[in-house]
Parts: sequence; structure tokens; C-alpha cells
Amino acid sequence: MIERGLSVSLSQVAPIPLDVKLTCAAGELLALVGPSGSGKSTILRAIAGLYRVKHGRISCNGVAWLDMGDKINLSPQARRIGFVVQNFALFPHLTALENVMEAMTAQPVMERARRARDLIARVHLSGLEGRLPAALSGGQQQRVAVARALAREPNVLLLDEPFSAVDRATRERLYQELAELRRDLAMPVILVTHDFDEASLLADRMCVLFQGKTLQVGAPDDVITRPSSVQVARLVGLKNVFRAGVIKHIPERNVTVIEWRKHILEAHLQSKFSAGAQVAWAVPQGQLVMHESREMHRGEPENLVSGVVASVARLGDNAILSINVGGAKRPPLFMSVPLHVARHNKIEMTSRVTFSMLREGIHLMPPDKNLTADLVMTL
Amino acid sequence: MDWSALSLSLKLAAWTMVILFPIGIWLGRVLAWQDFRGKPLVEAMFALPLVLPPTVLGYYLLVALGGATPLGRFYHDLTGQQLVFSFEGLLIASILFNLPFAIQPMQRGFEAIPIEVRDAAACCGLSGWRTLWRIELPLAWPGILTALVLTFAHTLGEFGVVLMVGGSIPGETKTIAIAIYDRVQAFDTAAAGAMSATLLIISLMAISFTFLISSRFKSRRHD
Repeated sequence: MIERGLSVSLSQVAPIPLDVKLTCAAGELLALVGPSGSGKSTILRAIAGLYRVKHGRISCNGVAWLDMGDKINLSPQARRIGFVVQNFALFPHLTALENVMEAMTAQPVMERARRARDLIARVHLSGLEGRLPAALSGGQQQRVAVARALAREPNVLLLDEPFSAVDRATRERLYQELAELRRDLAMPVILVTHDFDEASLLADRMCVLFQGKTLQVGAPDDVITRPSSVQVARLVGLKNVFRAGVIKHIPERNVTVIEWRKHILEAHLQSKFSAGAQVAWAVPQGQLVMHESREMHRGEPENLVSGVVASVARLGDNAILSINVGGAKRPPLFMSVPLHVARHNKIEMTSRVTFSMLREGIHLMPPDKNLTADLVMTL
Repeated sequence: MDWSALSLSLKLAAWTMVILFPIGIWLGRVLAWQDFRGKPLVEAMFALPLVLPPTVLGYYLLVALGGATPLGRFYHDLTGQQLVFSFEGLLIASILFNLPFAIQPMQRGFEAIPIEVRDAAACCGLSGWRTLWRIELPLAWPGILTALVLTFAHTLGEFGVVLMVGGSIPGETKTIAIAIYDRVQAFDTAAAGAMSATLLIISLMAISFTFLISSRFKSRRHD
């Protein structure tokens, strides 16, 4: 148990399977990430005291909130949490200001209005205090919900997909606002989201969940570039996941050598996989570097591979190429290049392209029995 | 025009409404939000007065409230009076036959409050009573008001049960609906007509009031 912060351990088999252990320190933002049905929202509701689990322990700042062994189960009121839910659940008959004031029952009556106005100002809603929720936009409602959640000076702030009900432009502004607001928040913050980009943008740590189980916990960058299993790689959206054999380790050069489709590739040293072992490996699209057709390579290129472009899809300012390496029957490799690079190099279907895979980006994982011969996982 | 019958009816309707207000809120909330074994049967029992012939209900009440039953004896020992053919007995009957009119609109009213809003109230630290007062009652208000008005109007118009349990004792159990029947039997169509028109107007006004309130409520919520 940690002294300052939240510590959660939950387990049950049915009706919703859960097997989760997590901690969140004061001032830290932990993201619970996973597909729908992975139990993220249930965990948040259990922390809030709104969902009763079969077995578990939850404690915050040294106080037990839930301990099934000792028959402790504090009510949501007694836990003093701030909770922002997906559709915000504002009280529809109360104005923005009244919504915030309603959460201040523990504070002196005389101070409530002033403090509520301060909070409304903090979430950039000054001037809209008298509006009913129905007269506010999605983004404004979200801000009222955040202000209301903070009004109790909560022990823990829980955010359940708070950005999913607003449009993209608003969402980006709200991300920024949350990041600013966070600097002043001294309590643990838990954010539930299914969006890995959102989690990596906002969170200090990320907990990947699948069917109620914790698959991996770590810094967002680590989880996304170094997933602990093929399953996590698949969940974080890595498209380039293949099988390979480990040939040898060269510790003095900090390199592990693998063989993939008759290419010898060098990865950063990962000696926990023994030579001769079958492994799964992944490389993020950002760790692939296109070689310009008319330029000479400078220095020794890393892991030079060539293939034939099977498809070109435009996504914003980038072109997503699928490239057949070692024959069209095998799953392709995906790579993203800026549109102007694709145009400049006249890349189109059937073009032959040469690229490097950066050593640092090649990440090995235990083989997965679901990963059939060289199969790429697509979500 | 039998003013004593009208005032008795209004008194009965008002008392029924007042007593069913908390009962309806309690039962409406339980039925709206809780699942338990045998819930359909419980709901069916509360809805029974909607379909049961009033004379059947009246017959059972007459038997249940009579001096031969524990309830009737208990009341007699307590007050020295009997429940049947008294205003109090009539009130009990009125409460029972109005249960569906009170419970069902209130239940629909509470059902319309999203669970997220109730959870939010708990997370905001509101106690059960404060949640009821500040969140649930204002949100379920159109349903509650409809229930009260329906109860009131329905009590004014009830005939069969009243006749079975209360008889027709002037000033005690002779309600306006009974008085109308009485007048018709005595070929006094002028009085019967006047009282019928009075009842019609009161009922129409009551029902119009609920529609007015609920449409106001809707438009305010969507301002």
C-alpha cells in the first residue's frame, strides 16, 4: 500500500471478469486503456464505490475504502471522489453554477457561490454560470462536469472517457486544458479511454487492460514501442508484427541479430530471448525510414530491406504504404511516409522501394500461438 | 346541488392525495430502480384496481374492514367505531383503489432519471435525503404531479367501491358520485345534471393542469 495515493486490487470471475492490481500516486495521471468490454469503466465504478466487486482492496492515502476481508466498504459519499463520466451526467434542472455548488455540501454555505465561481472560471466558463446544461455545448458540459468533480476537493479524480462525447476540435482544446489543470492537482487522477493516442498524450503511466486483466503497465512510450506481448502490440495498434528466429546476440555492439524472411536484421540487444528461439517482433511505422531513390546512402544504412508497394492509402498529410517483402502471399509491412516524399519518389502500386528499419525500433516479444506463420495482426 | 356531498368528495380526494403522496414516492422509487424476486407479481397487485370491477374490490374491502376481521376489531377497540360505513373506512378504500393511479406515473417519473445522474449525486457527496429533495423530486416532478391530479380526479369520480364500503350516509360517506346516482333515482335530473357538470368541469380542469405543467416542464428543460 502506498501512503499518498491510491492502491487498488480487484478480482472476480463473474459477472464481469476482473483481475487487476494498480496504484496511482498523488499528482500522477494513470490511464486505463483497452477495447470496449475490457472492464475499464467497471474498475472506475468500483473505485468510486458504485460497483461492488466480489474480492478486493482499495485504499487511498492510507485509508481503507474497500476491504472485503474486513468487511469495509465505504459509500461513494464517504470516499470523496470526483467523477466525470462519458455523458457528464450533469443535473439537468440546475444551472452550471448550481451543479458545481451542489457538490459543495461539506463546505460553508457562505463560501459555496464564490468558490463555485472560481472553479467555473478555472475551466474557462465565466459568463455561463446561469445556463442550464441543455443550453451548453458538449465541451462546455464537460468543463462543468470537471468543475463539479473538483468542487469537493476530491481524494481521487476519476475520468471515464471524458472526451468521447465532444467533436475533434473541442477535444484537442480540452486535452490542453486538462494538461494545464493537472499541474495544480495534487490528487491521483485516473483516466479511462480506449484511445492510445489520448492516453500517451495525457498520462504519466498507462495500464493496458483486456477482458478485465492487466496486460502491461508502464510509461506510455514504453508500452507503445515495447509491448510485452503480441496481444498488447495488437491493442496499441502496432500493425507490423511478425515472426522471426533469433540468430545470436552481440553484447559488445549492443545488438541482437534475427532472421526474418531471409533478411538478417539487427535489433537492439534483447538477450532474454536465447539464440535459436522463435520470437514475435514488432516495429512501429515511425521506425521505418524510406531511402530516396536518387540519393546515395550516407554511412552504413541500418537493416536495409526492399519490397514492392501493394497499396497506397492517403491519411491526412501522409501516405500509408503496404509493402510486400519476400512475396505477395505473405502479410505486408506497413509504413507511413509524408505525402510529398511519396510524390517526389513517384511511389505508387508496384513500385520497388528500399527502406531501413531502425535498430532501436525492433522489439522482440514471446511468440504467440495465435500468430500464424508470419501473420500480421490487424485490429 | 348537494354541497355536503361535494365537500365530502373534495375532502376524501384531498386526504387520499396527501396520504398517497409519500406512499407513491416510496413505492414508485422501489419499483423504478430495484429488481427483486416476484416484482411482476407485486406490480400486478398494485395495478389490479385498474381492471378489477369496483364492486369486487368493494366486496373484499367490506369483508376485510368489517367488525369480524382483526383489522376491524382493532379499529373498533381503538376508537369505539367501526370502519365500514365511515369516512375513515372510505379513505382506506380510496387509498387502495387509487394505488395504480399514484404509483404508475410516479414510477415512470423516477424511471426517467438516468442512473448516471443518481450516481453523480452520490459522487457529489449528496445524502439519500438530499438527493431525493434536490435531484429526484425536481426531475420526477411531472410524474408526481400527474399522479396526484389523477388520484384526486379519480377519487371524485369513484362510485362502486364507495357504495360498497361506505354506503350513502349523508355527510359521512355520501360522495358526489353517489349523490348523482341518488338524484337520478329520485328523477331529480336538474340536481343530477348540475352535479355532473360540476364533476366534469373539475375533472377536466385537473387533467388539463397536468398536461399544462408537463408541457411547461419539457420546454423549460430544452431551453
